[in-house]
Amino acid sequence: MAGRTLTVDQVMKAQARARVRRASGPGDAIFKLLAHAAGGFVLLLLGAIIVLLFMGGLPAFRAAGPGFLISPAWNPVTERFGALISVYGTVVSSVLALILAVPLAFGVAYFLTELATPRLRQPIGTAVELLAAVPSIIYGMWGFFALAPWLSAHVEPLLANTLGRLPVVGVVFAAAPGNASLFTAAVVLSIMVLPFIAATMRDVFLTVPSIFKESAFGLGCTTWEVMRNVVLPYTRTSVVGGIMLGLGRALGETMAVTFVIGNTNRISPSVFAPGNTIASLVALEFTEADQGSLHLSALMALGFILFVISFVVLAISRLLLKQGAPT
Amino acid sequence: MRLNHVLALIVGAGAACTQASAWGQQITGAGSTFAAPLYQKWGEAAGASLGVNLNYQAIGSGAGQKLIFARTVDFGASDAPVAAAKLQQNKLLQFPTAIGALDIVINLPTVKLNQLRLTGKLLASIYLGTVTKWNDPAIAAINPGIALPDLAIAPVYRADGSGTTYVFTNYLAKVDADFKSHVGAGNAVSWPAGTGSKGNAGVAGTVENTVGGLGYVESAYATQNHLTTVQLQGHDGQFLKPTPETFAAAAAAANWAGAAQFAVDMNDAPGARSWPIVSTTFVLLPTDPEDAARSAAVLKFFGWALNSGDPIAQNLQYVPLPPAVKAAVRAAWAAVGHT
Repeated sequence: MAGRTLTVDQVMKAQARARVRRASGPGDAIFKLLAHAAGGFVLLLLGAIIVLLFMGGLPAFRAAGPGFLISPAWNPVTERFGALISVYGTVVSSVLALILAVPLAFGVAYFLTELATPRLRQPIGTAVELLAAVPSIIYGMWGFFALAPWLSAHVEPLLANTLGRLPVVGVVFAAAPGNASLFTAAVVLSIMVLPFIAATMRDVFLTVPSIFKESAFGLGCTTWEVMRNVVLPYTRTSVVGGIMLGLGRALGETMAVTFVIGNTNRISPSVFAPGNTIASLVALEFTEADQGSLHLSALMALGFILFVISFVVLAISRLLLKQGAPT
Repeated sequence: MRLNHVLALIVGAGAACTQASAWGQQITGAGSTFAAPLYQKWGEAAGASLGVNLNYQAIGSGAGQKLIFARTVDFGASDAPVAAAKLQQNKLLQFPTAIGALDIVINLPTVKLNQLRLTGKLLASIYLGTVTKWNDPAIAAINPGIALPDLAIAPVYRADGSGTTYVFTNYLAKVDADFKSHVGAGNAVSWPAGTGSKGNAGVAGTVENTVGGLGYVESAYATQNHLTTVQLQGHDGQFLKPTPETFAAAAAAANWAGAAQFAVDMNDAPGARSWPIVSTTFVLLPTDPEDAARSAAVLKFFGWALNSGDPIAQNLQYVPLPPAVKAAVRAAWAAVGHT
C-alpha cells in the first residue's frame, strides 16, 4: 500500500470499470446470496449443536429435575447424576487461571509496547505468540511430569502454611494430599490463555494514537500514569474482549486439564484438592458410557451446560462493555 | 445423474483398490484397549499365512460394544461381559480370547518388588478412604519386618471409563460388603477417595510421581514398566505374588461350566495358588452377519489364534485359555452354524 498513489485519472477509470461491472452481470446477486448463506450457516450450525445437546441431555434433566444443576452426585453405578461438581471445577479453575494470567499478560503487553527496546520486542513477542501454538497435550504432559510435582512440593506447602492459617479464607488454601489439584490446573490454564490475552493487549495498546500519549508525557506524566490514564481507558473494550477470549479457551480446555486436575467427583473448599471440569469429565467417560443410558445423557446435558456457560460469559462481557464504553 | 455415476465409479474403484492392495480379506474390529496389543500381534502373525488383514481400533470396551451393536465393525471386543439378554437382543455371540490379571502398584521408596502384602479388604478400605496411612495397624499386622512410614496413602484410579476399573471394582465389591453397598462395580464408579488418571500409563505415572501412591494396572503394563507390585491374599488365605503361574491357576479354577456365554467371574477364584484379580477379554460377533465372508474370516482369524496364538499371548503377559475352554469356544461356534 505504502508508496503507491493513485492519480485522479486512474481513480476515475476504476470507477468507470466498476459501473460497467455492476450493470453487466448477476455476480453481485450471487455474491450477496453466498454471503447470506455463509452467515446463516453459522447460525444454523450453532442452533443445531445446541438442540442436539439439549435433546441428548433431556432424559438426564428429566430424571433429576431442576436439581440436576445443584446436585453434587455423579454415580454411574446407581445412575444418579448432577452437574454441581464439574460446573464448580470448571468455573473455579478458569477464574483462578484468569486471576493468575491477566496481571502477567498485562505486564508482558506493557513491557512490549512501552519498555522493551526494538531488539527485544521482536523475539519476546514471537515467544508469547508461540505459547499459543503449543498443543494442549504438551501442556498436559509438562504439567503432569514437571509442574504438578514441583507445585505440590514447594508452592502448595508455602501457601498452606501462610494463607492457609488465616481465619475463614484459610480453608481455601488448606493442604491436600496428592499432586493433582484445581490449583495446578489453573496454573497450567493460565499459561495456556496468557498468549491470547497478552497478544490482544499488545495489539490494542499499539493502536493508541501517539499524539495522546505524547500529550500526556508532555504534561509530565510517568510511563505508568500514561498507561493507567490514557492507554487503558482508550483500549478498555478490546482488553476485556481479550480477557474473555482467554476465559472461553480456559472453560473448554480438556486435554491439559485432564492430566493435572485429579479427576475426582468430589467437592472441596480447598483449591489444593483435586476436582473435575465439564470438558474433562465428558472426554473421559464418553467412550465407556453405554448407548442410550442415562450416563450418556447426563454427559450430553453437561455439554449443554458448558455451552450455556460460555454463552453467558460472552453475553455478560458484551453487557459490561456496553455499559463501560465511553459515550 | 452423471455426477452420481462418476461418484459411484470412484467409490467402487477405491473399494476395489483397498481390497486388492490388502493381503486378502479385510476384517475390522474395535473395543478393548486391554486386548489391543494381543490382537495387533496376532493380526501381524496371522495376516500373511491366513490371508486375513485385521484392522483393530483400541477405542475402549464400551465404544466397542456400541460399534458392534450398530454393526459398524465386523467384531467388537470388550473386557466386561455383555449381559445374556443384551446379547440375544443384539444377535451376538460372545466368546473369550485371552485372560489377563490386574496388579497393584505402589510407590514406597523403602519397599521392594513383591515385598508388601495386602488383602482385598484392605484395598477396599483404602479406596473407601477409611485406611489412610501406610503405617495403619491393619497393614502393619500382615507385614511384620517391613518398616512402614507414617505417610498418607494416595490411591489412584482410572478416570476414563474402563474395563479395568470394572474388573477391579467387581473384585472389591466381591470381597468387601461396604465397598459393594457404597460404591459398587462398573466401568466408571463414584470413588469416595483418591484421584483419577487417564489410562494405565496415567495411573502408573501418577503413582510414580506421588510418594505414598497406590494404583491398579494391567499386569502386562506393570511388568513391562518394572513397577513395584505387591502380594495379594488369595481366596484360600495365602499371600501370592503376581506371576503367570498364579494367573493361570485362577483361570483353571474358575467355574467355566456354570457361566452363560462364557461370562465367567474369575475374581477371588478358589485355590491355594489363584491370583485374586483376573479377568477374560471377550469378542462379540454377530450371529446374523450381513457379510458372511467377512464374518467367516473373523472366525478363521480367532480359530488360528486358539490353535497357535498362545506363545504370542504369553510373550505379552496374557494367560492363554485353558484347553477345556478352547474346546467350549469351538463348540459355541459350531452351535451357531460356524465351523
